[in-house]
Amino acid sequence: MTKPHTTNHEQSLDKAKFGFWVYVMTDCVLFATLFATYAVLRNNTAEGPSAKDLFSLNFVLLETMLLLTSSFTYGLALIFAKQNNKKMTINWLTITAMLGLSFLAMELYEFNHLITEGHAWSASAFLSAYFTLVGTHGLHIIIGLIWIFVSIFRLKQGTLNIKNNNSLTMLGIFWHFLDIIWIFIFSFVYLIGVAL
Amino acid sequence: MKNHKSNLMNYITGYILSILATLAAFIIAKESLVSGWILVYVILSIAILQLVVQAVFFLHLSEEDGPKLNLTTFYFMIMVVSILVVGSLWIMKNLDYNMMPEQQNQHMLDQYNEGGF
Repeated sequence: MTKPHTTNHEQSLDKAKFGFWVYVMTDCVLFATLFATYAVLRNNTAEGPSAKDLFSLNFVLLETMLLLTSSFTYGLALIFAKQNNKKMTINWLTITAMLGLSFLAMELYEFNHLITEGHAWSASAFLSAYFTLVGTHGLHIIIGLIWIFVSIFRLKQGTLNIKNNNSLTMLGIFWHFLDIIWIFIFSFVYLIGVAL
Repeated sequence: MKNHKSNLMNYITGYILSILATLAAFIIAKESLVSGWILVYVILSIAILQLVVQAVFFLHLSEEDGPKLNLTTFYFMIMVVSILVVGSLWIMKNLDYNMMPEQQNQHMLDQYNEGGF
């Protein structure tokens, strides 16, 4: 009796997952416009400092490693969720959230440092494009972190079932996607910005 | 059970490959092993390599069954993004080159020769 119902339910969850994937793909297009803007404006520094003068590569490498590791630990949480191991899922989700929070803290520290040094977004077109691109990524990280905390809370309240398993899968897509976007920010804004 | 194990191996492989790619790009840029446009192409290649690694090992794009809708939308995204980025840079480069007032021409030419946009 329940079988056709379950199948329907699974089908609609699969559709939800596909819909979320399409959203993530369009988010890539949003980031592409910001990358293009940054690439066009990166030399328009209004006689102010350029990427070479402002960024420290060691600092950004640490940020990258934090985010990359959080992407990996999220994968571990997902594996335990599929094994119905609620405790380990919550543990790895918490570690992921801590790594994400550390990344966010470093990013905010960098922003604060730039602004107090007088290199805010209003200083030049280069800085406007930089803050828009990296800030949009940071905003996504904040949303992802809220989503992780909500997931932890919901898991603590209830049990692992097909529904929140599916939500965790979608959150996984989102979190890995943010890591991929960061790789491109790391490569283009920081590595090429400092080395070129 | 076997599935979970291979899943774990996927994540570990992806993680190690991503770290190696990140460190390689970092060292090349930090030590200025190459310079100019070659640097841009090398860093771009490593970034795309890492995108593929994470798409395969973290997002499991290659393991989809049934009609490969996720992969199709992924390719479509890559196409739109390429047109958007390459097109924007191309147009803006031409605008810089052709439409600046006389006194700015030299400045823009200098930037153009330095490899900026």
